[in-house]
Amino acid sequence: MEDQVVLRVVAKIMIPFIIIFGLYVITHGDFGPGGGFQGGVILASAFILYGLVFGREELAKAVPPRIVEAFAAFGVLLYSGVGLYGLLSGGNFLDYSYITPHDPRTGEAWGIILVEYGVGITVATVMIIIYNMIAERIGDE
Amino acid sequence: MTSQLPVLLIILPLFGGLFALFMGKGLLPWMWATLVTGVMLVVSLLLFGQVQEHGVVEYLLGNWPPEYGIGYRIDAMNGFILVVVSFIAFISTIYAGKSVDSEIPRDRGRLFYALWLLFLCGLLGITITGDAFNVYVLLEISSLTVYALIAMGKGRDRRALTASLRYLILGSVGASFILLGIGYLLMITGTLNMMDMHEQLQLLIAQGKYEKTILVAFAFLLVGLSIKMALFPLHMWLPNAYTYAPSAVSGLVAATATKVGVYMAIRFLFTIFEPSFSFIEMSASQCLLVFACIGVVVTGIQAIRQDNVKTILAYSSLGQICYIVMGFALYNEDGLTGSTMHILNHALIKGGMFLSLGCVVYKVGAIHLKDLRGLGRKMPFTMAAFTMGGLGLIGFPLTAGFVSKWFLVKGALESGHWMVAAVIMFGSVLALIYVWRVVEAIYFQEPEEEKEVTEAPFSMVWCTWILIGLSLIVGLWATLPEEAARSAAQAMLGAG
Repeated sequence: MEDQVVLRVVAKIMIPFIIIFGLYVITHGDFGPGGGFQGGVILASAFILYGLVFGREELAKAVPPRIVEAFAAFGVLLYSGVGLYGLLSGGNFLDYSYITPHDPRTGEAWGIILVEYGVGITVATVMIIIYNMIAERIGDE
Repeated sequence: MTSQLPVLLIILPLFGGLFALFMGKGLLPWMWATLVTGVMLVVSLLLFGQVQEHGVVEYLLGNWPPEYGIGYRIDAMNGFILVVVSFIAFISTIYAGKSVDSEIPRDRGRLFYALWLLFLCGLLGITITGDAFNVYVLLEISSLTVYALIAMGKGRDRRALTASLRYLILGSVGASFILLGIGYLLMITGTLNMMDMHEQLQLLIAQGKYEKTILVAFAFLLVGLSIKMALFPLHMWLPNAYTYAPSAVSGLVAATATKVGVYMAIRFLFTIFEPSFSFIEMSASQCLLVFACIGVVVTGIQAIRQDNVKTILAYSSLGQICYIVMGFALYNEDGLTGSTMHILNHALIKGGMFLSLGCVVYKVGAIHLKDLRGLGRKMPFTMAAFTMGGLGLIGFPLTAGFVSKWFLVKGALESGHWMVAAVIMFGSVLALIYVWRVVEAIYFQEPEEEKEVTEAPFSMVWCTWILIGLSLIVGLWATLPEEAARSAAQAMLGAG
C-alpha cells in the first residue's frame, strides 16, 4: 500500500491523534469510562495502522519486536510492582494507601493510575505482537 | 512477614515468570526457575505449618474487606494441595534442565520457563484463593499457559499442535461453563466471596427462592469442572495432550493440573454449595459415581490397547481421576480422605512415571512399547523407577496406591456402595494388565536391533527417584499424610 498517497498522508496525520486519544482513555480510567484495556487497544491500533500502511518491516524498524516483547512483560511488572511496593512498605499486597503513607488518598490515586498504565502498556504491546505474528504468516506465503 | 506468606506464594512465580523473559539463552532461565520454585516450596510448607497450628489463614489483597475485594483463604484442604503442587513443581523444574534442553530449541528456553512459572502461578492461585471469580481468572492463566507449553512439544512431534488446539477448544468450553455458573451465582447472591456466597445460598435455598437459577448454575459448574478435571466422558482432550507434550511438561501437568481441577470441584461442591445439597438434593453423588465407575473400566481397557507408553499413562491418569472423584462423591469421611490421599499419591506416582519416560525419550528418542524392549538392563535405575510406579498404580500392598485405595474401598463399603468397591478392585486388575505389558517389554523381550543405550543423566534419574521413593515411603509409613488428608476431609465436611 506504499503507493497510495492519500492513505499514507492521512495515516501520518491520524497516528499522533490516535496515540493521544489512547493515552487519554488510559489516564481517564480512574474517574470515568475507559481504562487500561480500552486505552491499550486504541494505542495499539495506531501502531497497527502504521504497520498496515507502511508494511511490517517499517513497523519493526519503528518499534523493534524485541522491545515490544520486553514492554509486554514490563506492563505486568509495573502493575505487580505497585502491589509489591505496598507490601514492602508495610501494608498488604496492592494496598495503594501505603504508597504515600501520610496522605492515603493521593497514594490511592497514584496506585490506580500506575496500574492502569501497566495494563495499557501490556495490552498495547500484546496487540502489536499478535499483529506481527499474523503479518509474518501472511508475508511468508 | 509471616502474615504476607499467602500472597508471596503467588507473586513469586508471577515475578519469576516475567523476569525469566529477560534472561538469555543459556542455563540462566532454568537456574532462576529452580530458585523460584524452591522458595515457593519453602513458603508453602511454612503456610501448611501455620494452618496445622492455628487453623484457617486469611489474607486480604489491598486490605479490602472480603465482601468487596479478593481474599485468600487457606484451610487444611488447600494447604495440603499447595504443598503437593509446589513440591512436584520444584522436582520437575530441577528435572526440566536437561530434558527441556534436548527437546526445545535453545532460544525458546526463556519463553518456556516464563510460561512454566506463570502456569504454576495460575495453579497455586486457584488453590489459594477464597474468591469465586478469582478462581476463573487464574484458571484461564493456567490453561492458556499450559496450551502453549503442550504446543512446545512440536519440535519432537508435530501432533503436539493439534493436541494443544483440541485442549484449547475443550478447555475454553469448560472454562466458559464455569464462568456462566459463577455468573448465575453472583446474580442471585450478589457476592463472589466463597464463604459469603455459601451463606447467601443457604438462605435462598431455605426460602425456596431462585430454585431454577441455582439448578442451572450447579449444572454449568458441574459440567465445566468435569471437563477441566477430565472426568469420563469429558476427557478426550487429555490423552493426546499428555502424549505429545515435552516430557517435563507431561510430568508436571499430569501430576498437578487435573488435581487442581479436582480441588476446584471439591471447593465448589463442599464450600460454596452445602455438601448435603450438592450430593443428596442435586444427586451429584449418584451422577459422579456412575460416570467414575464406567470411566475406570473404559479408560482401563483403552489403556491396555495402546502402544505408545505415554498414552498408556495418560489413559491410566484418567482412571485415577475417576478414583479421586469416586472418593469425594461417596460423601463420607473415609471416601474424602482416600480422595485427598490419592491426589498426593497419584501426583507422586504419575509424576515419577512420566519423568522416567522423559529419561527414555532423552536417551532413546521414542517411547513405543517396542522401543522399551530390553531397556531393563541398559537403564536399570530409570526402569526400576517406572516399575515401582507401576506397582503403585495397581495398588500393590506396601505402595502408596494401596493406602489410598484402601480408604476408597473402606469409604465405599461404609456407604453401602458394593458395586463401587468391586469396580475399584476390577480397576486394579486392569491396571495390572497394562502395567504388565510395559514391564514385560522392559525386562523380558529382546530388542529388534541392538542399540548402544546408557543410563540417563544423574540429575534426571535422581528427580524421578525422589518422586517414586516418596510414594514408596507413603506406602510404608502413611501416618503423616493420612493425618493431613483426614484433617482436610474433616475441614470440608465440617464446613457445612
